[in-house]
Amino acid sequence: MNKTVNQKAWFFVIPVFVLVAFNAIIPLMTVVNYAFQETFGNNQFMWEGTRWFKQILVSERFHAALGRQVLFTLIILVIQIPLGIFIALNMPKEGIGVPICLVLMSMPLLIPWNVVGAMWNIFALPDIGFLGHSLNAMGFDYNFTQQSGDAWFTTILMDVWHWTSLVVLLSYAGLRSIQPAYYQAAEIDGATRWAVFRHIELPKMKKVLTIAILLRFMDSFMIYTEPFVLTGGGPGNATAFLSIDLVKMALGQFDLGPAAAMSLIYFFIVLTVCWVFYNLMMRNESKS
Amino acid sequence: MSLELKGIEKKIGEETHIYTTDLKFEKNTINVLLGSTLAGKTTLMQIMAGLDKPTKGEIWFNDQNVTGVKVQKRNVSMVYQQFINYPNFTVKENIASPLKITGIDNQEIDQRVSKVADLLKLTPMLNKKPNELSGGQQQRTALARALVKDSDLILLDEPLANLDFKLREELREELPKLFKDRDCIVVYATTEPSDALLIGGYTATLLEGKVIQHGKTLDVYNKPNNLDSAKVFSDPPMNIANINKKGEICSLLADNVTWKTILNLRDGNYKVGIRPHNITTYKEGKNSIEISGKVLISELSGSESMIHFTNGDLNWVSLSEGIHQKDVGEETKLFMNSDEFLYFDNNDRLVGNV
Repeated sequence: MNKTVNQKAWFFVIPVFVLVAFNAIIPLMTVVNYAFQETFGNNQFMWEGTRWFKQILVSERFHAALGRQVLFTLIILVIQIPLGIFIALNMPKEGIGVPICLVLMSMPLLIPWNVVGAMWNIFALPDIGFLGHSLNAMGFDYNFTQQSGDAWFTTILMDVWHWTSLVVLLSYAGLRSIQPAYYQAAEIDGATRWAVFRHIELPKMKKVLTIAILLRFMDSFMIYTEPFVLTGGGPGNATAFLSIDLVKMALGQFDLGPAAAMSLIYFFIVLTVCWVFYNLMMRNESKS
Repeated sequence: MSLELKGIEKKIGEETHIYTTDLKFEKNTINVLLGSTLAGKTTLMQIMAGLDKPTKGEIWFNDQNVTGVKVQKRNVSMVYQQFINYPNFTVKENIASPLKITGIDNQEIDQRVSKVADLLKLTPMLNKKPNELSGGQQQRTALARALVKDSDLILLDEPLANLDFKLREELREELPKLFKDRDCIVVYATTEPSDALLIGGYTATLLEGKVIQHGKTLDVYNKPNNLDSAKVFSDPPMNIANINKKGEICSLLADNVTWKTILNLRDGNYKVGIRPHNITTYKEGKNSIEISGKVLISELSGSESMIHFTNGDLNWVSLSEGIHQKDVGEETKLFMNSDEFLYFDNNDRLVGNV
């Protein structure tokens, strides 16, 4: 076979390369640059090696923020994934109810994040907000701006309201794609409702649920705008999750070196968790 | 043991899916439901299984009225067109799944599973999951699940439709053997006449929610009681032409082809049904009749040639053994075996098949 070597195809890769370079690689490299150096402004840099990384890794402040972040993400996943599946299982399967439910479910997803934060801030205000006022009227001592427990409760409630729909929509799509014959076969076998869920619905939803968990993990682990608008990380540092703490360090204190190092560690954690989780879930899939 | 449908009817809203149907299947028989898509095969099977309730009528099993009795209590198994297995169970667990609920002890379950697995050549894959298997193996697993239970009624809903050609042939040959020595009634739904002929037993032809004919497969094939039944049981489609009979001479209305018949029929107009394989490029039978036509398409497959041609205002299909290359538009001569003609009256009822 006489195949001529033709490298023209590489030209078609250039636009993607340029795009990715501008929105990912170049900014990331700037951060890498800061992470290994000390700067005093005026574009003066001094090489610091791995000093910032060592400092961050043993810093109590980072540990505390990371702890809060892990706890928050775990709570979010533990609530939203089962709740999302539960709602999807109970959604109508035919008729006028389907579009109504789907539209209602998509509504929260369409609202910009800072608007969600502002909405919930007003909604939860103890004196004039509907939620805050009602809770206090019912006899609860609720004030999310002063009590850290209340701040957590409000932040989690807000995130559940905002994002559970995503899990619902994905699960619903997964459930809809199961052929009716599976349910009939289970009926013939005399399977219980739980067995149908455990051995048909859950395995059949595995792929969409993997995606749902990944998306919810990433979004909740990197959450910034909503708690920033709602609580600003307070009271104290109670809801200062990783990204909020990071911004405080970088733009509040102007500690660019440690902040850059922290960004990279943060990035590395998200990447590793996603990679491990995805491979774990997909290890038995698509061998054919 | 017998399964009897008495005056079954199924309506969904205003739409009738199954018109009033009476059917009786006897013990140890294989019964084919033959009909095109949407003929009502699946609906009928689901009613037989108890997965669906008829709007009217009764289902009797072993001289007991089982209408409305739930599927779990009927000892039924079903195999579908799609390969339905539990995705997170191994093949072994899948085959055992119908037995788990019955409370049979584990040792016997193991014995029965390995016996059925052996029968269906699944022994090497017992510890694999369904998604690691080929389509054929997945369907074998589904078949094994249906067989392991010793059901009284086994329903197969187009089980071979999603398999590729070679696997289909292979499994189709095995199927009749699998059910041979079983004490059960097998119902097999298919769109393919060749499936029915190969499986044998009994056949019911279905068209648009109606059972047209039910009887021994060869009887239904050789003596369709009307034109619809003959059409359903013919692939490629049957050629149907209007003829006139005068004395012992029959002639095509659209052409001057004539032949003699010994049929004892009143003079008048009739329809003749001719299966494609009875029109060939060579003479067959003692009473071969020549017909000429213009070739529309000729399709060659390995050992057969299908020639579509026009004669009069009709499009005809012929099927000959061997390779016969014809050019499009070519005037050609073919031979019809008049011993195999089916004659229908103006109400489409069979009046003679000689």
